[in-house]
Amino acid sequence: MANAIEVEQLRKEFKSYSSRSGLMGAFRDLFTRNYKIIRAVNDISFTVKQGEMVGYIGENGAGKSTTIKMLTGILTPTSGKIIVNGMNPHKEREKFVQTIGVVFGQRSQLWWDIAVQESFRLLKKVYRVSDQAYKEHMEHVIETLDIGPLLDKPVRKLSLGQRMRCELAAALIHNPPLLFLDEPTIGLDVLVKLKIRKFLKEINEKYNTTILLTTHDISDIEALCERVIMLDEGKIIYDGSLQELKTNWGEGKQIQFQFAQEVIQEELNILTADLKVQWQAGERVNVWTAYVLPTDVSDVIGRVVAKYEMKDININEISTEEIIRNIYEEGAVHG
Amino acid sequence: MAKYIEMIRIRFLMMLAYRTNYYSGILIYSINIGAYYFLWSAIYGDKPSIQGMSVLQMTTYVAVAWMARAFYFNNIDREIAMEIKEGKVATELIRPYSYLGMKTMQGLGEGIFRLLFLSFPGMVIVSLLFPLELTTDISTWGYFAVSIILSFIINSELNLIAGIITFFTLNNEGLLRAKRFVIDLFSGLILPISFYPDWAQEMMKYFPFQGISYIPSMIFTESFQGQQIIDGLMFQLMWSLILLIPIQLLWRAAKKQLVIQGG
Repeated sequence: MANAIEVEQLRKEFKSYSSRSGLMGAFRDLFTRNYKIIRAVNDISFTVKQGEMVGYIGENGAGKSTTIKMLTGILTPTSGKIIVNGMNPHKEREKFVQTIGVVFGQRSQLWWDIAVQESFRLLKKVYRVSDQAYKEHMEHVIETLDIGPLLDKPVRKLSLGQRMRCELAAALIHNPPLLFLDEPTIGLDVLVKLKIRKFLKEINEKYNTTILLTTHDISDIEALCERVIMLDEGKIIYDGSLQELKTNWGEGKQIQFQFAQEVIQEELNILTADLKVQWQAGERVNVWTAYVLPTDVSDVIGRVVAKYEMKDININEISTEEIIRNIYEEGAVHG
Repeated sequence: MAKYIEMIRIRFLMMLAYRTNYYSGILIYSINIGAYYFLWSAIYGDKPSIQGMSVLQMTTYVAVAWMARAFYFNNIDREIAMEIKEGKVATELIRPYSYLGMKTMQGLGEGIFRLLFLSFPGMVIVSLLFPLELTTDISTWGYFAVSIILSFIINSELNLIAGIITFFTLNNEGLLRAKRFVIDLFSGLILPISFYPDWAQEMMKYFPFQGISYIPSMIFTESFQGQQIIDGLMFQLMWSLILLIPIQLLWRAAKKQLVIQGG
C-alpha cells in the first residue's frame, strides 16, 4: 500500500525576538534586537500509510501545529523532506491542496457572514467538484452530520458544535484521500464529539481516507486511532500502537480507599512495604489511592481492609490520560 | 476561472448582508462632494476658469472623482493585514487558488457592489443638489469605463503590495494609513494634478498615483481631449503591468517568511 505521508529529518526553526527590559532597553531594541533561533520541529521522521488513522499528540507548544502546517504546505520547512500524496506540499501548493482536507478547530474556514450553503457552493467551485459527485457524496455527509437544517443560516449564528460539523463537511467537499484535523473537538460537548468520531470512522472505512488528528482529548485518540505519534519539544518520543503504550505503561491498577478514620501515609507504607505499591493522598479527606500491579490487587485490599474501617473502595484501570500525563512529565518513553 | 467569478458573487452577497452601511455611505460622499463644491465655488469667485477648467468642470470633476473612488477603493490591504495578524491566512493557503487573485476578486465584488449601491444612487442625488455637467458623448463614457477599470487594477495592486508587506512586519497599521493618505492626495482626488506646481507635476509622472483618480476624472469631464486620453490610458496600462513585478517578488519572499500567528 502506498504511503500517504513520508517525512524525513524534518526541521523548522523560527527566529524569536526577545525585548530588553526597561526604557533604555526599549530604546536599544529600536536599533538592534536580540533573537534566538527556536527549533519548533527537530529532525522528525515518520511515515503514514494510506487509510491509517493516526493520533498526533503532545503538550502545547510541542510542535504539532507547526508540523501540520508544513504537511499542508502552509509553512516552508527549514530542512528535511516531505512527500504527501506523492507531492511536495510547498512546491506544488495549488495542485497539492486539491488532495487534502483540513480542519483547524480554532479557526473557521467558512465565510462568517454568509449562509453555510453559499460557502459550500463556493468551495464546490473552488475544488471543481462536479454536480453529480457533489450530490452523491455531500448528501450523505450532510445527513450523517445532521446539518441539513443549518445550511441556510449564516455561520455567525451557529453554535460551536453546529459550526464544527459544518467545518468538517466543508473540508470533505472534494472527498480528499487525506484529512488533517487540528483539534477538531476542542470545546465541544460529548454528543457532538461522539457524532464526529462516528462520522470519521465511517469515512475512513468507506473511502479508506487517511486521517491525521491532533488533539488534547485523549478519548478522541482512544476512539479513533490505533497508532499514536507523540511529540515533545519538537522531537518524536513515541511512535507506535496505543495498545502497546498502554500495556507498557499502564499495567497497574489504581485502588481508591475511602477510610472511616484518619490515616497517615507512613502506616500505609509500612503495611504494604513488601509489595510494589505507591500511595497517594486523594483530593478529599481520608481518601487514598494505591497504584499497584494487577497481581497484587487482592493482597493489598485484604491487608488494608483487615486493618482499617472502610467507607468505600474503587478499583480503576490506569487511564490513558494518566499514562500520557506521566510521559509528558518525564519527557520520554521507557520500556 | 469559475471559482474567481463565484468569489465575486460571494463577496457581493456578503456586502448585501450589511447593505444599510451604504445608505450612510451615500450621505458621507454627498457631504464630501458638497464641501468641495462650496470650496471651489469660493476659490473660483468671478474667474471663468483656472488652469483651463471651468467651475462647472471642476465640480463635475470632484463628484466623479468621489463616485469613481467608491468603485476602485477597497480594503483588501487591511484584510490581508488582518488575516495575517489573526493567522487566518493559514486557511486561505490550504485552498487550491491563488491567494492574491482571490483577494483581487473580492475587491472587485466589493467594487461592483459599491458601484451599484453607492455610486449610482449617490450620483443621482448629487446631480439633483449641485449643477453637474454629465457628458452625453458615448465615446467619453467608453473611455471612462476603461479608465476606471485600470484605476481599480492599479489601486488593488498597490493594496496588495501594502498587504504583503504585513507578512514581514506582522503589523503595519501605520503604513496602511500613510498609503491611504498618499493615494487620496497624489491620485488627484482632492486636487487635480494640473493644479500642482510644475516640479510636482513632473515628479508625479514617475508615480502610478495619478492613474487612480486624476486620469479617469479628467477623461469624464472632457478636460482631456484626443491624444491626451490615449496617453492617459497608456499611462494607466503601463503602471498596471509594472506593478505586477514587485507583487510577484514580494509574494515569493513572503511565502518563505510566513509565520502563522497563534498556534
